[in-house]
Formats: sequence, structure tokens, C-alpha cells
Amino acid sequence: MKKKVVAVLAATLMVGTILVGCGGNSSANKGTKYSAALVTDGGGIDDKSFNQSAWEGLKSWGKDQGLKKGINGYNYAQSNDDSDFLPNINKLIKAKYATIFGIGYKIDNAISSAAKDNPKTNFAIIDSVVKGRKNVASVTFKTEQSSYLAGVAAAETTKTGRVGFIGGIQSDVIKTFEAGFRQGVKAVNPKIKVDVKYAGSFTKADVGQSLATAMFNNNEDVIFHAAGGTGAGVFTAAKNEAKNGKKVWVVGVDQDQKADGAYKGGNVTLASAVKKVGTAVEDLSKQAAKNKFPGGKTVTYDLKDNGVGIINDNLSASAWKSVQQYEKKIENGEITVNPK
Amino acid sequence: MLHSRSIRALAVPLISIIAGFIIGAILMLIFGYDPVQNYQNLFIGSLGDVYSLGETLRNMTPLILTALGFAVSSKAGFFNIGGPGQYLMGWFGSIVFALNFTTLPTWALISGSMVCGALLGGIWSFIAGFLRAYFGTSEVITTIMLNYIALYFVNFAVKNWLAKKGSDSSPNIVQRASLNTDFLQKITNNSTFNWGFFIAIITVFVIWMYFNKTRSGFEVRSVGLNEAASTYAGINVKKTIVIAMLLSGLLAGLGGAIDGIGNFQNISVSNNLPSVGFNGMAVALLAAENPIGIIFAALLFSALQIGGLSISVYSNTPSEIVDIVIASIIFFVGIKYIFEVILTRKWGKKQHKVTNGGANK
Repeated sequence: MKKKVVAVLAATLMVGTILVGCGGNSSANKGTKYSAALVTDGGGIDDKSFNQSAWEGLKSWGKDQGLKKGINGYNYAQSNDDSDFLPNINKLIKAKYATIFGIGYKIDNAISSAAKDNPKTNFAIIDSVVKGRKNVASVTFKTEQSSYLAGVAAAETTKTGRVGFIGGIQSDVIKTFEAGFRQGVKAVNPKIKVDVKYAGSFTKADVGQSLATAMFNNNEDVIFHAAGGTGAGVFTAAKNEAKNGKKVWVVGVDQDQKADGAYKGGNVTLASAVKKVGTAVEDLSKQAAKNKFPGGKTVTYDLKDNGVGIINDNLSASAWKSVQQYEKKIENGEITVNPK
Repeated sequence: MLHSRSIRALAVPLISIIAGFIIGAILMLIFGYDPVQNYQNLFIGSLGDVYSLGETLRNMTPLILTALGFAVSSKAGFFNIGGPGQYLMGWFGSIVFALNFTTLPTWALISGSMVCGALLGGIWSFIAGFLRAYFGTSEVITTIMLNYIALYFVNFAVKNWLAKKGSDSSPNIVQRASLNTDFLQKITNNSTFNWGFFIAIITVFVIWMYFNKTRSGFEVRSVGLNEAASTYAGINVKKTIVIAMLLSGLLAGLGGAIDGIGNFQNISVSNNLPSVGFNGMAVALLAAENPIGIIFAALLFSALQIGGLSISVYSNTPSEIVDIVIASIIFFVGIKYIFEVILTRKWGKKQHKVTNGGANK
């Protein structure tokens, strides 16, 4: 027993010594109002969706300003677990980033408590509303509008009269996608059946794949996914079906997902209902640099100001025309899409 | 003799840790990052100031308990992979109690939450232990399956019973029920450090006492060494199996409960099983299942995780490099038999000569 204790004790000491031996603290830094950083919500900055979009927005802003990645520039902190949110935010605060973004509604608690303790730092939360903090800007998206257009695209394309929706976790945010999609499909043809399934996760591609395969077997030929990383499996399932000669489509989400639908001999991405988290991040960073950060306010992005939208990947000419018509109707207020 | 043996026991984890860091350094060099700078950031980011230290200690708290849980069942010869599920049930139990019994006095509210969490975790592993003892069902399979039952049950329960409509997390518990007090926040610069850390340390010593000073603890170890011999010696093997598994789940559940009311203050629908349950197994392996050793192994793991978050903040290096270091350490612990063989050969020979020399004189 004793020897093991000694063993581990010495091991720990040893590591400590190695690390200390590396030298003094070099992270002396001055804060500028031009620096910004984001905290991811569990997916990485390469999740082909939400976090990636945000990171690309921040990068493009940083490059415009002639900044570099790192301290006094722009940066990210990746959360591997929900318990990493607060440490990540606090590490960024200590590194003196002037504006800190929480990407995803899951981080709202952490942003709110960090904002209380650090009133001089700007915070922004995406997809949630933090109330009662003057230094927090809340950013929401009218994703029901882009999902409505995804519904139109799906309804105009389906040959079987059945379409599917795969969501990540059932929550207010994802419900807006489902609601918009349903209304869009219904607007084109109320007889089309919409099959709705939730994967219960944003990170399980395998679950996405099996749900999508079941839907395709059930004769549904267009699937709209709002499931982040789980959506990768939806694309895999569609590509497998397409390779076997079946005509199926996927409507991508958050980013233009055309590249995800590509396979040898074709592409299964019909369209992408984009949510430009990147644009929002870029906008807010610009405003912060000009001392006009909308702290304490809720900023909403919709079709009109290009915060959400639809990208044509493989739509037929007539379907695309129909989508554009509906887009105009939403923009000029002729159609209001209900988020619930 | 004893001196040389203790050095040898020390050597395996030591070599593994150093090798893990070296592999990380080599990878960083290959991809053009500065290992010295990064390891320095890692160290400062985990132990360099009171805030980071607070986070590191908070992060090691559940690791200690899930590792202890794994170690207890392992001592009895069982491979309890159910740590994540038991931890999750514990977390769930503590939040449910704290949300529903807000009228209780503070001490009862907090201890009730922890007991409730620990019990739920215990029930979860008891199921596997009972099946193992009386029906011979492999505990590896049952605990893996129970993990998923826990995950989906908790997700369902949070979504349907605890969360407000449209939300996917429960409301926060009252401040009074939290293990994270103003005092601790003040002295650690608003870190999430909480009283749970001290509870975990006390638990370590209780478990150490249990194994070394009680009859039941002796029986557990004895069953782990040889089931048949234990039966012959008059130990009730079935009962011992159930006790070991139950204790194992109680500990993991307590870990979840402390994280619940100490760190998170609520519970949300989770994508995956909590990784702290699996990391606890790694910590226990690194510590060779020694309760006191677990404290130091958990500290190392936790420091790597918390310090790792700093790597991408202070440099361009992706923080995943830390995961590679951690994984390498576990890998080297896993292949420790290779080191042991090498060490035995070298040291074995030397020792032989020395003792021979002594005898000749």
C-alpha cells in the first residue's frame, strides 16, 4: 500500500517540476477594445454547423481589422463538457478579451453569472435571452422563416408526398425549425405528410443515420435536419440511398451544406436553410469596436436583414422560383410564420 | 528490499506520465507548435493562481469519487463500467431533492440532496451487483446497459418533469442548497470551487479505513483475490459482491450529487454520458486503485483538463493536444506489463548480485 502512495505522490511532484521548469509567466497582455473571443457549446469549431459558422464570422471580422488569432486579437475556447463553460469564459476574461460570445443557449447561465462578476466586459449570447444584465447582448434568429422556405423547397420537390424532419434535442430553439418547416410544407400542399423525429442529441451521427434510413424506407424522399452534428448521419444515409439509385434529398441547416451532400456521381443536398451566426458575431464585434455594443438588448435577425436565409443547392428551376416567391411574401409581411 | 520495490511501483505511473508528455511534445513539434510554451500555459492555467487552482480542485472532486467507486468494485474483482450512469443518477437525485424540499433547514437540505444522489447511484450499481451475485450475469454488460438506461431516463425525466415547457434544463436550485458559498467564491476569485472537495477528501480516507481496518473491507479484497478460497474460508461471497457493487455506486452517485449541487446547480438534457464517469476509471487505473493515490491521479487529470482549456486561449495550438497527452498516459499505464518486464530484468539482475555479494561476505 505504502509504495503505491509514494509512487503517485512522486509522479505528481515530477510533473509539477517539469512544468515549472519551463520558465516564467509570459502571458502579460494588455486588453484592447478590439479583441473578441467565443466559447463553443460542446461541438468544436469544425462542427460543420453552428459553432463553425460563428467562428468563421469572428475570423472574417478579425482579418478585416488586421488582427491575429490569439491574445489582443480573436480566438475561441472549446468546451468539451457543460462544466467547461464557466472556466472557459473566465479564462477568456483573464486574457482580457473585450467581447465574449457564448455560442448556443446552453451557455446562458454561465454568461449571465460571468457578466454579473465582470461588468466591464461585453458578453453576447446566441439563441437565448439573458435578462437584467446591461453588458449582455442577446442574439436570436427567426429560424422559423428560413425553415418555412425549407418546407416549401421540400414540398415542391417530393415525389412521394411524404417528407421528414429530424431535430436534435427538443427545445424552444429547435421547435422553431420544426414549426416553420411544417407551415412551409402545408402552404404548398396540405396533403403532404410531415414525419417528425428527434434524435435527442446534437452530436450523434449514428442516431441521425438510423433515423434517416428509417424515414427513407418509409418512402419519405426529402428530409430537413436541424440537428447539428447528428445531421452528418442524415447525409450519410441519403448518400447510401442515392448510391443504390433511390432519389432522395436532404435540406441542410445553419451553413451551406452542399459539400456534405456530395458523393461520387451526384449530390443529395437540395438546399440549405442557413442561420448566419457568423454574420451576427461579425456585426456585434464591429459594434463593440466602435463602442456601440448593444448590451442589455435583444438583437433579432430575420430574412429581411439576411440573418437567416435559404441557399439553392440542387433545386429545380420551378421549385426555386416558388421558394423565392414565398421569400418575398415573408419579407414584405404578407405571410407571418408562427415560431410555435 | 522494500525501498527498491517502492521505487519500482513508482516507476510505472511515472514513466507513463513522462511518456505521455513526451508524445504530446513530439506531436506539437511535428505540427509546428511550441511545446515549452504550451506546457507552461497548461501549468499556469491549472495551478498558476487561486482561480485556476479553484477550478482544478472543483474538477477533481467528482473524478476522485468516480475513481474511488471504480476502485472499490475492482478490488472485489469486478469491472464496473457503470460509473457514468451512477454519476448521472446521483446528479439527478441531488437536484430533484434540492428542488423539492426547499423548506428544510440548510443542513438537512444539503445533506439530504447528497444522500439522495448517492442512494440513486447506489441503487443503479446494486442492480448490477445483485444480478452478478445471484444469477452470474456479467457486470460488464449490465453496467454498460444501465448507463444508457440512466442517460435516457434522466433525459426523459428532466424534459418532462423538471424543465419548464420548451426548455431542456431544470430550474436552478436555491442558493441555500448550493455547496458553492460566497465565502469560497471570494477567496478563489469567483471559481466554482465548493465544499464538495473536502467531502471527497474525507471520503477517500473513509474508504482507505474501510479497506484496511474493517472486516467487510477485508472480505471484499479477499473475494477479489480468490472467490473460491473466500467461500472456503467462510465468507459470504454473494453478500460481499453486492456490498462492493453497492458501495461503488454510492461513491459515483455522491460524485454526481456534489457536482449537481456544487457546480451545475441544475440538470439539463445531455447529449452523451458524462465523461467524468469514464475518466474516473482512468484515474483509478493510473493510481493502481489505491485510495490515496487516487487523490494525486485525479489532481493530475483535472489539472490537464483545466489547464488544457488555456492552451487554445493563449496560443494557436488546438486544445485537443491535451486529450492526446491524457490518452497516451492511459495507454502507457495499460501496457505497464512491458515496463514491468523490462524493469524486473534490469533491476532483478542487479539485486541478485547485491544480495549474493552480501551473502558471500
